[in-house]
Amino acid sequence: MATSVQRVSQQLTMADLKGKVDPDWCPGCGDFGVLAAVQKALVELRIPTYNVVTISGIGCSSNFPGYMNTYGMHTLHGRALAVATGLKLANHELTVLVTGGDGDGFGIGGNHFVHSMRRNVDLLYIVMDNQIYGLTTGQTSPTSRVGMKTKSMPFGNIEAPVNPISLALAAGATFVARGFSGEQKHLTELIKQGIEHPGFSFLDVFSPCVTYNHDNTYQWFRPRVKKLEDDSAHDPSNWMAAMEKSLLWGEEIPIGKFFERTDVSTLHGAEPVLNDGPLVHGDLNVPPDVARSFVEELM
Amino acid sequence: MKQTFAIGIGGAAGQGVATPGDIFAKIFSRRGLHLNAYNAYQSIIRGGHTLLTIRTGTEKITNMGDRIDLLIPLNQDTMDRHLQLLTAGAACIYNADTIKPGPAADGVQLCPLPVSELADITRNKVAQNTLAIGAGLHMMGIGFQAPEEVLREQFKKKGEAVVAENVGVARAGYDYAAANFMAFPNPIPKTDNRYAILSGNVAMAMGGAAAGVKFYCAYPMSPSTGVLHWMAAHARKAGIMVRQVEDEIGVINMTIGAAHAGVRAMCATSGGGFALMSEGLGMSAMIETPVVVINCQRAGPSTGVPTKTEQGDLWQMLGAAFGDYPRVIAAPLDIGDCFKLIPEIFNLADRFQCPGLVLCDLLLSEGRLSVHPKDLDFNQSIDRGELITVNANGNGAQSAAATNGDYKRYKITDSGISPRAVPGVPGHIHTVATDEHMEDGVLISDEFTNPVKRRAMMEKRMRKVAGIEAAVPSPTLSGPPDADVTLIGWGSTKGVIEEACEILNEEGISANQLQIRWLVPLHGEAILDILRDSRHTIIVENNYSGQFARYLRSETSFVPDGHIRKYDGEPFMPHHIVEAVKQQLAGQTKLSVPMHEIMV
Repeated sequence: MATSVQRVSQQLTMADLKGKVDPDWCPGCGDFGVLAAVQKALVELRIPTYNVVTISGIGCSSNFPGYMNTYGMHTLHGRALAVATGLKLANHELTVLVTGGDGDGFGIGGNHFVHSMRRNVDLLYIVMDNQIYGLTTGQTSPTSRVGMKTKSMPFGNIEAPVNPISLALAAGATFVARGFSGEQKHLTELIKQGIEHPGFSFLDVFSPCVTYNHDNTYQWFRPRVKKLEDDSAHDPSNWMAAMEKSLLWGEEIPIGKFFERTDVSTLHGAEPVLNDGPLVHGDLNVPPDVARSFVEELM
Repeated sequence: MKQTFAIGIGGAAGQGVATPGDIFAKIFSRRGLHLNAYNAYQSIIRGGHTLLTIRTGTEKITNMGDRIDLLIPLNQDTMDRHLQLLTAGAACIYNADTIKPGPAADGVQLCPLPVSELADITRNKVAQNTLAIGAGLHMMGIGFQAPEEVLREQFKKKGEAVVAENVGVARAGYDYAAANFMAFPNPIPKTDNRYAILSGNVAMAMGGAAAGVKFYCAYPMSPSTGVLHWMAAHARKAGIMVRQVEDEIGVINMTIGAAHAGVRAMCATSGGGFALMSEGLGMSAMIETPVVVINCQRAGPSTGVPTKTEQGDLWQMLGAAFGDYPRVIAAPLDIGDCFKLIPEIFNLADRFQCPGLVLCDLLLSEGRLSVHPKDLDFNQSIDRGELITVNANGNGAQSAAATNGDYKRYKITDSGISPRAVPGVPGHIHTVATDEHMEDGVLISDEFTNPVKRRAMMEKRMRKVAGIEAAVPSPTLSGPPDADVTLIGWGSTKGVIEEACEILNEEGISANQLQIRWLVPLHGEAILDILRDSRHTIIVENNYSGQFARYLRSETSFVPDGHIRKYDGEPFMPHHIVEAVKQQLAGQTKLSVPMHEIMV
């Protein structure tokens, strides 16, 4: 995301990023790892905490902003990206992080997900993807595999899951990556890159639900995930190659940066109204000569 | 009775009804006349039937009136539908080559134009329209200089040849009328006044710009789209970020996001889009981020009649979002008020950190009215309330004071208002949440549910209601205080009720009017004080079930003596109300539903 990120001069610590309360996630939840990685990334990037806004929807992972010591918005189910878009356009100097789950982002928020990517809104969107609805006590999600048995589909899911990586590539996201909560260092690096990328950064994170998803566990993921960074042939500027990699699923599941391009203007960068700086710092009044011309047009 | 002159121009969509309408409007406006224009149309881009009514005069014109003085049917269908509406003294100008008149009332002048003789119709497809403009203007006693000037402006971009041809065609119509048609007995007057002509949508958009709106977004939906069009066309000059969004859910959430960052943010839609915004409004109230949302009502339910007017969304507005929360709801009274209301409601929304809802309707949104330029004053006082930003910037906000890290976004106060810091301000970091939260923003729903804290926060927010009530004026009665009948209306019916009262008073039935602009807060006690002394009360509204009557009863237990309602998609005309009042005073009925005589 932001190209001209402001930095603090003194070193930040993990304690500077800690929110007012501790997470109430289930012990062992993958989201702990994501929270730690985000905090670590912000410490390393030295972004002033008051210039960061963490925005979420509703769900287990959407409690995220309350655990951070940044400005936060805990909005409505599925709507975090829309709120974040408005906020970023009103003050594009802010670093915007959007967090949520797979139900929030790909289910109820699917429309905003697709449109935010084609607009290239300058923010980092982290989806803690656990392939299940947790807060509502275990129903099928848009990323649940075919055959998975849940309380809402007790005889097994008969609907094909969405592929978030392919979808993001098709919708025009300019930074597309996948992380794993069990790979802290790798995840922190992806978050840092996503924050620094100018444009929409999508980061899908395998964040196992230890309570309701007994299929996609840490043990299931660990032998399967393969870092794209370890594959010297992988070229993140090659969209077609990224699309092919996104289709891999099974014994080998790629994690890492699939794709990045920086030659597309961000939404706020493309709008001349913002040339004089963020709207929030500007004068509210329309200049008198402009106001006069608006009335004269009607006469 | 008011001296006015009304023109009806009708035809199929795509036949160019709008252009002669614009030309007449411009000519009337430049003669210093007031005007009101209303277009009855269908949700069809080509074909169907549209009837544009333009009414003008030296006094303020508040509605389409009861009478058409000059009918210009551009096709047979329009002739067949509307000729019988004309009464003695009226005239009808039509293309004699293609249109046959039916039986007309005594004293109606039929003015056939031999279009193919007067103009080269192979070259000029809209020659009949231009000929009719010329002929009509002669009959109204307007010199040819006026249309020449306006046609020149209209076709300037197409080159001198096109200008000359159109002026020539208009001249042919003008001269033909001079030789063959009888002029109207009273020539159209002239004054030294100058008015702006605008729609309610343009007025609300401009009102937003005057209020300091810096973020506007929308999903296109009739009849609210005109707000988006003005905003988009003027965004760069006015420094407003304007976005078209994927749906109205996105719209309300983006608006809230921008408002939360600290700018004034607004959006507009119609009933269907407003339904999608309901959950978002609750968020605005819960996180205490002020936004202004405009609902331009159209005839519902569901897709309903997308191009027709109704006051049918009152209860949707009252019931929007779940739970109890403070908000302001206002219905603009006329097109000038569409402008004036927006800065007012923004000041209230900002002061009380709650949603401000504007309940407009198609009649005002798409109607056009002459407004004095001084009533479009951009120099509005802006009150941003207890807002804390990085720099005050002359926007009425406070700049950030030093804190000891004890800033509480939802600090419990007597007024219920807590100082609002926006993201980016050092020392004021907090999280806002749609979950119930404590003073510092921390959720009480997940961490531990605490009935005492929940109650305290609910009461904090709802304490704002008393402040809002004190900040909003209560309604007043207009007209003779001791009248035979009191007509109660809300929002856009102001003008037509006013004219009905004038007619009733002239006919010896004294009538006064109580028009409601602020729906929430309603000021029920003040309304009761007024109505207690009324001899006969009638509520006039553009819906089936008497939505305002039911609301007034629910808030005050007041039951009126009668109702006048209309839900056919068309607005009231003055005589609808006058006749209904007479019937009700004679004890014939308590519920009148006037028939709309114009078949559009």
